Amino acid sequence: MTNCLIVGVGGQGTILAARLVGMAAMEAGLSVRGSETIGMAQRGGSVASHVRMGGEIFSPLIPPGEAGVVVAFEPGEAVRAAEYLSPRGIAVVCDRPIQPAAANSASAGAYSAASCMDWLRASAPVLYEADGEKIIARISARCLNVALLGIAIGAGAFPFETKHMEAAIARRVSERYVKMNIDALRRGMALDF
Amino acid sequence: MDRQLLMGNEAIALGAIRAGIRLATGYPGTPSSEVLETIARERSDGLYVEWSVNEKTAVEVAAGAAMSGARVLTAMKQVGLNVASDPVMSLNYVGVKGGMVIVVADDPGPISSQTEQDTRHFARFAKIAVFDPSSPEEAYLMIEDAFNYSEMIARPVIFRPTTRVCHSYASVNLAESRSSHSQNGGLGFTKDGGKWVIFPKLAYENHVKLEETMAKLGQVFSDYPGNILLDGGKKGIAASGVSWLYAREAVANPGAGFECKQLKVATIPLPESLCLEFLSGLDEVLVIEELDPVIERELIYLCGRYGLKTVIKGKLSKHIPNAGENSPSGVKDAILRFLTPDSPQIIDKASSHEPRRPLPPLPARPPVLCAGCPHRASFFAVKEAVKTQKAVFSGDIGCYTLGNAMPLDMVDTCLCMGAGIAQAQGIHRVEPDTLNFAFIGDSTFFHTGLPGVANAVYNKADIIIAVLDNSTTAMTGGQPNPGMGKTLMGGDAPKLSIYNILAALGVDQLQRVDAFDFEAAKAAAQKAAGASGVRAIIFEGLCVALGKTKSPLKVDAASCTGCGACVRRLGCPALSIRGKGAAIDPVLCAGCGLCKYLCRFDAIGS
Ligand code: SF4
Ligand code: SF4
Repeated sequence: MTNCLIVGVGGQGTILAARLVGMAAMEAGLSVRGSETIGMAQRGGSVASHVRMGGEIFSPLIPPGEAGVVVAFEPGEAVRAAEYLSPRGIAVVCDRPIQPAAANSASAGAYSAASCMDWLRASAPVLYEADGEKIIARISARCLNVALLGIAIGAGAFPFETKHMEAAIARRVSERYVKMNIDALRRGMALDF
Repeated sequence: MDRQLLMGNEAIALGAIRAGIRLATGYPGTPSSEVLETIARERSDGLYVEWSVNEKTAVEVAAGAAMSGARVLTAMKQVGLNVASDPVMSLNYVGVKGGMVIVVADDPGPISSQTEQDTRHFARFAKIAVFDPSSPEEAYLMIEDAFNYSEMIARPVIFRPTTRVCHSYASVNLAESRSSHSQNGGLGFTKDGGKWVIFPKLAYENHVKLEETMAKLGQVFSDYPGNILLDGGKKGIAASGVSWLYAREAVANPGAGFECKQLKVATIPLPESLCLEFLSGLDEVLVIEELDPVIERELIYLCGRYGLKTVIKGKLSKHIPNAGENSPSGVKDAILRFLTPDSPQIIDKASSHEPRRPLPPLPARPPVLCAGCPHRASFFAVKEAVKTQKAVFSGDIGCYTLGNAMPLDMVDTCLCMGAGIAQAQGIHRVEPDTLNFAFIGDSTFFHTGLPGVANAVYNKADIIIAVLDNSTTAMTGGQPNPGMGKTLMGGDAPKLSIYNILAALGVDQLQRVDAFDFEAAKAAAQKAAGASGVRAIIFEGLCVALGKTKSPLKVDAASCTGCGACVRRLGCPALSIRGKGAAIDPVLCAGCGLCKYLCRFDAIGS
């Protein structure tokens, strides 16, 4: 079984990313089970999508310490999800922070994304850092999710092949964005931003 | 066979369509909303589906159709059942002809709800049978069983998934053909000599039958395939819903080396003889369920009734937490402690906490209004207008409940759908020198806001009703409502005017304003604050989730003094202080211009 946890801040496109991973696994003939965060947290809260692929799967949630890959759209959320990583797990982390509005308005101030990235460098068994500003500037904020999935595929984190993910994108994404997303996927795989 | 990746709610919808439903109704509420949306998307000709104005209406429309012989589904979240409880209670006495399944999604956690109520309790109180699925695959098949049982007993049944069933997904095998259910006695309403008119005498007679039916179901459910008994050992685990899967994962894990009897309970009434078979020969049982200890109490009852010595553990004995959601690791720990109390694994776990690197400071992320949300502008206008006055702000259920967060701090009460307008009246009766605002969204206004308005006018209240009309039901994902001129089926519909409704209800101090016309919005709030009686302001502005229409704004670094006012006063997720000045996140900003309006140094522009 391969467990993939996708985390981020509500509104970043984690739900679609998780669907794509699940669909790609099904394209590859694997059984899939997973769980979504839908509801209030979609308005800027912490969100997590669990995707479990292959073999006999009971629970839709991944237990801590059993995620082979964590794809994090945000550095703070990556740290929060780190307890889910398995001892040889791969973390793909977008380094672009989203500061909570509350931190901005309260005296607490912003949190440090840099210290989160440092912590991850010291703690994650395998870490792929994605330069979020570059991805947004050179590809599109809309494709950040698929670019990150591309990095994870390139890292060999998933039990399916690129063609399966491409097929999932073609089925799920609306037609006019398919090319853009497949391009983002390939650039993610090649770490070309 | 077609195999699809389905979310639990989608599986419920497809299963219901396969079971031959003719009509589906409901009111949006997390985690139930996707059931009706999927039915609307996947329906074929001859299937009618609607978002009703509230859950009570949804049940009543469905009841009429079920009395006329159609298979019907109605869907809501657990608190929606409170709104619908009046028709549901009586309908179970009157009965139905076509199968009727009331889908009520419970929300352990709660993840997006105001209570952790357990619909199984409600069903026991109402004497209604419950089907409790554990996964999308099971839900897909079980919903059809629910229809069959409903027709068999000629009463509605409740189908009760929890959030982790509704919003989990799985690869589901879809059956090829439509099931071959035959319309129960044909379609059409038959008058049937008073059968459909509830009178005390009929209520008594039907109560007697109802008790017989429930007792009989307790017997036949022992053969229901969703109720499962697995053999082994002197200890037993009983579980339901997703907790059953957590328990299976813990016990079935090769190498776990556990031996225990396992009981999956998927129905209320509990399958009595199956439960007795489970209990027989057991020393101890651990019951793992979410919300209330329903199965646990039933098993304790059975032990008492049949003089069994089995010890039942669970929530009542504090072996399982009595509030919040279960987790795979929590269930695994509880099972480990129950089955092998002296195991080295547990001692290991307690003593050898892995030395973990201390975590860097992480941000709390309470949900917030989106950047560009019209509600922020409306709240800000009222806040500015009455900042020197004593005021209490009643809120309601919707995205705008998030207006309670700092720095807006504009929601002082939130109780249930439609309560705010009436609560404001009550507060004012006790504290007459206060300005009482009641904020309510457009969908909530139609849902249960109207009676509060009628009450206010009739009883000469002194409140200001602020309708936040963003032209959608935003919190649950943007469903249409009566004010929008469209329906779930996609057709055009009459657009109910909130303005005209308020006027017709006798609210004569009525203003309508564009929420993004910041000066006008503030002036409207000031005018209302200066008057007395029942006043209303309709703040109009589209939800940004319907699509952003404007480009993001920018901060001119040369003009920005870094005073921080924009960041501190609005709580907009797109605004932050970076270095010496304010910064706007171009990905989030929707260009609403509220910060530009507020900045005294003209530092924000396009
Ligand atoms: S979804 Fe719409 S109503 Fe809800 S917070 Fe966002 S903009 Fe406001
Ligand atoms: S209010 Fe104007 S001057 Fe003050 S921080 Fe914001 S942009 Fe800069």
